[in-house]
This record gives sequence, C-alpha cells and structure tokens, in this order.
Amino acid sequence: MKDNFKKAPFSAQIDLSKFSMQDFEKATDEEKRQQDVMGESTTFFKDGMRRLRRNPLAMLAIGILIALIIVIIFAPLVIPYGYADIMKGSANLHPFEYSASELKQIAKGESVFPHIFGTDSLGRDYFIRVIYGARVSLVVGIFASILVLMIGMLYGSISGYLGGRVDLVMMRIVDIIYSLPDMLLIILLAVVLNETLGSIIKGTIFAKLGTNMIALFIVFGLLYWVGMARLIRGQILTIKQNEYVLAAKCIGTSTSRTILKHILPNCLSVIIITTALQIPSAIFTESYLSFVGLGVSAPMPSLGSLANEARSGMMTYPERLLFPAFAICLIVLALNLLGDGLRDAFDPKLSR
Amino acid sequence: MSSENILEVSHLKQYFPVKNGFRTVPLKAVDDISFTIKPGETLGLVGESGCGKTTVGRTLLRLYQPTSGCIVFDGDVLYDSEKKIDVKMQPYRKQMQMVFQDPYSSLNPRMTVEDIIGEPLDVHKLYTSKGERHDKIMELMETVGLNAEHATRYAHEFSGGQRQRIGIARALAVDPKFIVCDEPVSALDVSIQAQVVNMFEDLQKQRGLSYLFIAHDLLVVQHISDRIAVMYLGHMMEIADADELMDNPIHPYTQSLLSAVPIPDPKTARKSQRIILEGDVPSPLKMPSGCPFRTRCRYATEQCACEMPPFTDRGNGHMVACWNK
Ligand SMILES: Nc1ncnc2c1ncn2[C@@H]1O[C@H](COP(=O)(O)OP(=O)(O)OP(=O)(O)O)[C@@H](O)[C@H]1O
Ligand code: SF4
Ligand SMILES: [Mg+2]
Repeated sequence: MKDNFKKAPFSAQIDLSKFSMQDFEKATDEEKRQQDVMGESTTFFKDGMRRLRRNPLAMLAIGILIALIIVIIFAPLVIPYGYADIMKGSANLHPFEYSASELKQIAKGESVFPHIFGTDSLGRDYFIRVIYGARVSLVVGIFASILVLMIGMLYGSISGYLGGRVDLVMMRIVDIIYSLPDMLLIILLAVVLNETLGSIIKGTIFAKLGTNMIALFIVFGLLYWVGMARLIRGQILTIKQNEYVLAAKCIGTSTSRTILKHILPNCLSVIIITTALQIPSAIFTESYLSFVGLGVSAPMPSLGSLANEARSGMMTYPERLLFPAFAICLIVLALNLLGDGLRDAFDPKLSR
Repeated sequence: MSSENILEVSHLKQYFPVKNGFRTVPLKAVDDISFTIKPGETLGLVGESGCGKTTVGRTLLRLYQPTSGCIVFDGDVLYDSEKKIDVKMQPYRKQMQMVFQDPYSSLNPRMTVEDIIGEPLDVHKLYTSKGERHDKIMELMETVGLNAEHATRYAHEFSGGQRQRIGIARALAVDPKFIVCDEPVSALDVSIQAQVVNMFEDLQKQRGLSYLFIAHDLLVVQHISDRIAVMYLGHMMEIADADELMDNPIHPYTQSLLSAVPIPDPKTARKSQRIILEGDVPSPLKMPSGCPFRTRCRYATEQCACEMPPFTDRGNGHMVACWNK
C-alpha cells in the first residue's frame, strides 16, 4: 500500500513513507468532537445589522429620523396652536416674537407659548405648520413607496418567475410606461380629477387630502412602480438560476411556496434597500408638486406649499423659506443616508 | 417492458432552444439516450464537462420537460412522447430524488438546516406532529453524519462536505427508492470525497437504494458503480459492467478516457500507451455528421462521417456505438 503514495516534489502532502503505524495515535472522542465546534451562529439579518451599526453616517441618519418622528408625533400635543388657527393681530411675527396682545397677557402673568418659528402673514403659528408639513411629506412618502413596492413586487415577481413570452410582454409594457412623461400626467390628472372628483369627495376625508394628492397617488400607482418591478424581476431571474430552486422543484414544492420561501427571501435585501431609497424620492416629488401648487389643498400645509407661500415675503421674512426647505433637506438626506447604509450592510455583493 | 428494472430510459432527447444570432436553434444537450437501472444497482455516468450528464439526470426526474423519448419508473410510465403520456410528478417526487452538483448553490442561504431537511417532510406531509418532524430531522442528520446540535444553523456556516451531507439528508427525507447523484463529490476536497462516497455505499446497503451516479472521475465511478455508461456530446457511447468496461473498453472514446486515468499501482499499469485526444470537443450547436466522436477519433472512416453508428450489444450486455469492430 505504502509505495502507491509517492510524494510528488514540492507537494504539501505528508510523505507517509517516512512514518510507520506506531507514529500515529487514535483521536479520542473528545478530540473528534472538537472538529464539530463551530463559531457563533450568525443570521443574515444579525450580520447586516452589525455592519449597519458600524456605519456612523447611517446611525446618525437613524438618530435624526427618530428625533424627527418623535417631534412630529408629540409636538402637536404640546403646542397649543393648530395648523389652521388664525390669531388676530399676530400676523408676520419673527421667531420668538410676541404680538401686542400676547405681551399684555404675559404682563398679566399668563403664560403664552412662544412662536418658535414666528407666524405667517395670516397669523398662524409657523412652527406647527412646518411640523404638519413634515408629517404630510413623510406620510405621503411612506405610503407612496408602499404602493410602489406592492405593485412592483407583484408584477416583477410574476414576470421574472414565469419568464419566457409572459415576461417579454410584461416587460414591453413596463418600457412603454417608463417612457411616459410623469410630471405632465400628474398635472393633467390633477386638473381632470379636480373637475370630476371635486364635488364627489366633498365632506369625506379625501377632501382634506385634496384631489391633487389623489392624483399624485394614482400616478405613483400607475407609473412609479416600473423601476421596482424591473429591479425585482432582474433579481428573481438571477435567483432562479440557483440550484436550490431546482431542488425545491425536485422535492415537489408548489410554485407559490417556492416564490415565498425560496425566491422572495433572497431578494429581501434589495427590496428593503430600494424601498428605503424610494421614500425620499417620493417626498421630493410631493414637495416639488406642492411648490408648483399641485400638492395638498389649503389650509393643510406641506413642506413644498409652505416654501411656495414664503416666496412673496422672501426679502423681509427669509426664515419662512429656510425652515421648510431645511426640513425637506434634512428628511431627504437622512433617508438617503439610511438607504445607502442599508445597501452597504445588506448587499452581499458589496461586502465579502 | 420488463418491470425488473427500477428505471428505463429510452430514446430520451432534451433540446434547449438557444439564441444564435437572430435565429433560435436547438442545442442538443441529450440526444437519443437509452439505459436501464435495476433495483439496488448503481449506474455510473461519465463524460467530459458539458456532455450533458446533468441534463440527463434532471430530465429523467422531469425537472426539465423532455423533448421526446420515454421514461418508465418502477413499472409506471412517467413520460412517453409517442403515446402522449405525461403524468403529474408529485407522487413520484417521493420516490426519486437528486443530490446536486454544487453544494454551495443547492442550499437556500436563508433557511436553517432544519428547514432545508424538513421541507420535503412539509411538502409531502410526512409527519403528524411538530415533535415527529423534529425527530425525523434529527434522525436524518445522524444518518448522514451531521451533528444534530447544528440543526438551527444556516447552510453558509458549514463546510462543503457538510453541505453536501445536508443535501443528501434532504434527498433521503422522503425515503426514495432512486437517487440521481450529480457529481456529488467533485466539488469536495479529495480527503472528504472518500468519506462521502463511502456514505453513499452504506446508504445503498441499508436502504436498498438505486443510484444514477454522475461523475467525471472514472476512479470514483469504478469504485461505486455496478455498471458504467460513457457519454459524449449528448450521445451514449458505451455501457458495460464496471469491471468489463475498465478491462476491456471497446469504444475509442472510452479507451482514451481510461488511458488518461492515473494508475495507482505501477506494477499493474497497462502496457498500452496513453492515447492523447486531439482537438476540442465540438460545440453542441455544431454537431458533426454521423458519429459525434469522429472529429477526434483515430479510427474514423468514411462511414463514420455519413452514418450514426447503432448502439449494439457486443456480448454480455456490453453495448457500444461504434462502426469499428
Ligand atoms: N437550461 C439550459 N439551457 C440551455 N442550454 C443548457 C441548459 N442546461 C444545459 N445546457 C447546455 O447543455 C449542455 C450540457 O450541459 P450539462 O450541464 O448537462 O453538462 P454536464 O455534463 O453536466 O457538464 P459538467 O460536467 O460541467 O457538469 C451544455 O452545452 C450546456 O451549455
Ligand atoms: S464510429 Fe467511427 S468515428 Fe465514431 S468512434 Fe467509432 S470509429 Fe470512431
Ligand atoms: Mg453537470
């Protein structure tokens, strides 16, 4: 037996001919068991979260967002002003200024809540308006992104999983939608909906949102999902190549179970990252539309419409433009940083 | 058809439509292949990379829709293109399984070992309670030599050999009669290959399994197989009992394959010289006329270029497709 294993020159293999049987000792059971010891178990999410926690920019973004959300939720409970409350004689105050009547109240010993950001030309507390504006922007951004995610995920996974001719037709539809001018459609829809829907929704919660917002959501639902659909389809096409999908078929796993258990969990990271990056883009779109007068209807504020109203008194009251603009920047920047951090932490192609 | 075979494959063809420039042309990955496997037997399938071994295994398990041919499993016709039989595979998934070539991509990275091995149990509802499911999974892990304490781990935490064992446990979960082993050891370290091959043998003895054992390493195949089939460019070249094929290869392609095998014991080394194959394997899209091997064959004649050699018995079930007598 021994002469069968001749050591090749330069090979790292141990030259067995130099040893005899007595040179070897049998491994004890304990030694054998040591072979089985493995490092601490890490899951994909634990691993990703650990990497996310090591990213200072992403952690800063999370901190800013948490602080913002706390302020947005609790400030209206603390501040005694409403976003539509007009205070006579308190118009056009600078930050922390009081009107004549308010000064009298203070002199009498009553406490008056300060106008942190001042008031606007109608005498409404500007801080609470910015808070509500940020609320609207965030809610619109999140819901529009969820809408985009739902439609895009369903469409993309069907197209990618079925493949072949179905995929071809579905992707051509996506191409067509991709080429439609979105802003033009929003403007057209807003005008049309205003004419037709305006009277129907009067008195319902939709009226508070305004037809412009409905048009915005419709356009998001009709047009903006295509990017998400394309991305998820591409992901699914690559995941489908993996042998574990074939193994699932070999076991007899049903199509729906295969998609749910094997395919979607493996593109989850991409879904999370893209949704996180979709929110700021939706917020930006909403702000832009509100700025040109196609956003939420008055008196409901949004960051974009606040900036628009501030244009008239820009020279004397520049802070009225700065506050909402700064709020938009902060929200969009924080969300973008968070999205980038998530991508770095969870996209296996970038790490390892 | 005799039912003494667990698997009978006849004239199986698998053409893939591929884009070649502007036209879609068929890629003949498997072209007219026939073989049988007896219960408890191992048929080794060898051939160069890309000759269609994996495709044979996947097609006979109906993971791909065959182009034409006939597949009979345990007396039941699963597919017959002439009689237009195309049965639902769900009940047969419990009886025929596959161990995949790549231990890295064949396990879902988002599932724990427990869920990977438990999935066939879930799909075929092979347990009545959660406890029974757990016990079965533990038993399977023990069978393939995995530490049962690691059931809640994810597949990426294991080594290649351990991963392949997970794949084997998954295949065994439904208690199949027949397993296609698609190069189960070629991605593994040499020292681990022997362990895994021995495990396949032990499992076969314990459970009376039949294997289609795919490999490109003739030594591994000789060790485990009762019979060996040699494929080239989607065609079957030669089938014979393992020892017969190793001692008396008839087909020129088999001869050249065998001469390339390093012989462990120089004393018994064959006196015949190494036959070095010239040229590359032709593209399966540009299949040579007649015998597929003729572009590299030393004995090629006029006839070889014109006509496909028939697959004939040269005695004792030694089947060869070659004009050269
Ligand atoms: N799904 C598919 N679509 C198109 N062509 C394919 C497909 N699967 C395999 N092929 C082609 O069929 C041929 C045979 O491939 P196959 O994977 O069966 O080879 P193999 O013998 O298993 O090779 P290896 O030893 O490398 O695993 C190859 O030319 C390959 O490109
Ligand atoms: S048929 Fe002809 S070309 Fe083909 S292997 Fe035999 S001798 Fe060679
Ligand atoms: Mg293969």
